[in-house]
Amino acid sequence: MMKLDMSALETQFGAPAGEDGGLLFDVDGAAMPAMEFPNCPDFDRFQAKTKDMVKNKRGTTTLAFIFDKGVIVAADSRASMGGYISSQTVRKIIEINPYMLGTMAGGAADCQFWHRNLGTKCRLHELANKRRISVTGASKLLANILYSYRGMGLSIGTMIAGWDEKGPGLYYVDSEGARLKGNRFSVGSGSLYAYSVLDEGYRFKMSVEEAGELARRAIYHATFRDGASGGCVSVYHVGPDGWKKLSGDDVGELHYQYYPVQKTPVEQEMTDASTS
Amino acid sequence: MARFDPYENNGGTCVAVAGDGYCVVAADTRLSVGYSILSRDQSKISELADKCVLASSGFQGDIKALQKNLAAKELVYEHNHNKKMSCPAMAQLLSNTLYYKRFFPYYTFNVLGGLDSQGKGCVFTYDAVGSYERTGYSAQGTGAKLIMPVLDNQLKSPSPLLLPAQDAVTPLSESDAVDLVKDVFASATERDIYTGDKLEIVVINSSGIHRECIELRKD
Repeated sequence: MMKLDMSALETQFGAPAGEDGGLLFDVDGAAMPAMEFPNCPDFDRFQAKTKDMVKNKRGTTTLAFIFDKGVIVAADSRASMGGYISSQTVRKIIEINPYMLGTMAGGAADCQFWHRNLGTKCRLHELANKRRISVTGASKLLANILYSYRGMGLSIGTMIAGWDEKGPGLYYVDSEGARLKGNRFSVGSGSLYAYSVLDEGYRFKMSVEEAGELARRAIYHATFRDGASGGCVSVYHVGPDGWKKLSGDDVGELHYQYYPVQKTPVEQEMTDASTS
Repeated sequence: MARFDPYENNGGTCVAVAGDGYCVVAADTRLSVGYSILSRDQSKISELADKCVLASSGFQGDIKALQKNLAAKELVYEHNHNKKMSCPAMAQLLSNTLYYKRFFPYYTFNVLGGLDSQGKGCVFTYDAVGSYERTGYSAQGTGAKLIMPVLDNQLKSPSPLLLPAQDAVTPLSESDAVDLVKDVFASATERDIYTGDKLEIVVINSSGIHRECIELRKD
C-alpha cells in the first residue's frame, strides 16, 4: 500500500491542521483522522469514477498582471457542476491577508480548502517570525503542499498576487506542482479568450483605472465566449498599502456598455412617426 | 475482477430559503433505489444546533454517517466552549468534514440553514467535497434543476459581488417563503420521479425550530 505524505496537513505544533473542523490544535478527545483513503484495488479508476459521479464545481476565468503601480487581479464568478450552473456569485478572489490575494480556478472545494489552509499557514508564519510572509514564501508553501498530492486528482490553478518588501509579486501555482513567477497570467477554461484581450492591451506603464478596465474587458470577453465563465467580474488592485477592490460588474450589463444596441433605421422611423 | 462500488443515489431534494429573521429548510421523505421506492418516510433533515439545520440528499448511507458525525462534533464543541455552535461555524465545520473525505467522498448534496449571530437567516450550499457559499436560497438533489430556476425567478437579488453594492430586494415574509417552498416541491414532484410522498418543512426563527409535514403526490 503506498504511503502518502501527510506532512502538509500538520502544523508546527504537531497536530494535523484543520482537526476538529477549523480549530488548529488537538482539543481533548476530538481527534479527527487524517484524510481517509478507500481500501480498493484500483485507486485511479475509483477516483475517475467518483469524479464523474460527483461532478464537483469548477470552471472559471481568472487573470492577474503586474504593472508599474502594483498588481491587478480579476475573476468571473460562475461555478458549474457538469452542465449545470451551480452558482453565479462565487468568490474566486480569496483574501489571504490584507496585502495578498489568491485566485481560484479548477475544483472549487480544492481551491477553497487549500487557500484557507494557506491563509492559516501565512498567519502562523507571521506570528512565528514577527514579519509578514513574502509572496515567494506563500506561493512556495502552497506549491509544496500541492506537489505532495500530485497525481491524486486535485484540480487547482491559482495565482498568488501580493505586495511584499520586494515590491509587487505574482506567482502561478497549480495542482500538477508547477510554480511559475511571471508578470501576466490567465487561468481557467476562459483563459485563452482573456489572454487575447489582455496581451493586446497590456503596457507596463498604465494608470490604475486603465489597468482595471483592461482586466475587466478581458474577463468580460472570456465570459462572452466561454460557457463555463460568467456572473460578475471582480477586479482588485494590490498596491503598497494592500489590496483594494476596484469594481464588481455584472457581465450582462457590461455587454451593453461595450456593445450598445444600435437602432436599425426602421425602428428609428417608427419612433419618429409616433411623435410627429 | 471485483470493482469497488460503494455508492448509490437514493434520490430526493432539499431546499432552503433565508429571510430577515427566519430560515426555512425543507426536504422530501422518499427513499429510492433505481425505480423502486424503499421508504416514503425517511427524513433527510437533521437539527444540528438550536439555530442550525442540515438537509442532505444523495446516498443515504453517507447522509446518516455525515449527520451523525456532525452532531457528535457539535456536542464536543458545546462541551469545550459552553455554547452551541453558530450556523456559520457549523458551515465551515461541514465544509472541512466533507473535504477530509476528498479522496473517498461523502456522496451527499447538502444545504445548511439557520440564523447567524445577528439573527438573520442564512443558507449555505455545498457540493459533495465541501466547497461552500453563503446564499439567500438554494436547492440540492435530484429535483434541484427543476426548483432552482423558480427560486431564481422569485428570489434572486443583486449579486453581493457588485461594487458599488446594491441593496437586496425586500425578502419574503416567513409565511410567503413557506408557501413558496410548498409550491416548488409540488411542481418538482410532478416532474421528478425521485421526489414526492411527503414534505418535511423546518422553520428556524427567533422563537426556535418549528416542524411541519405536508403530503405530496405518492406516484
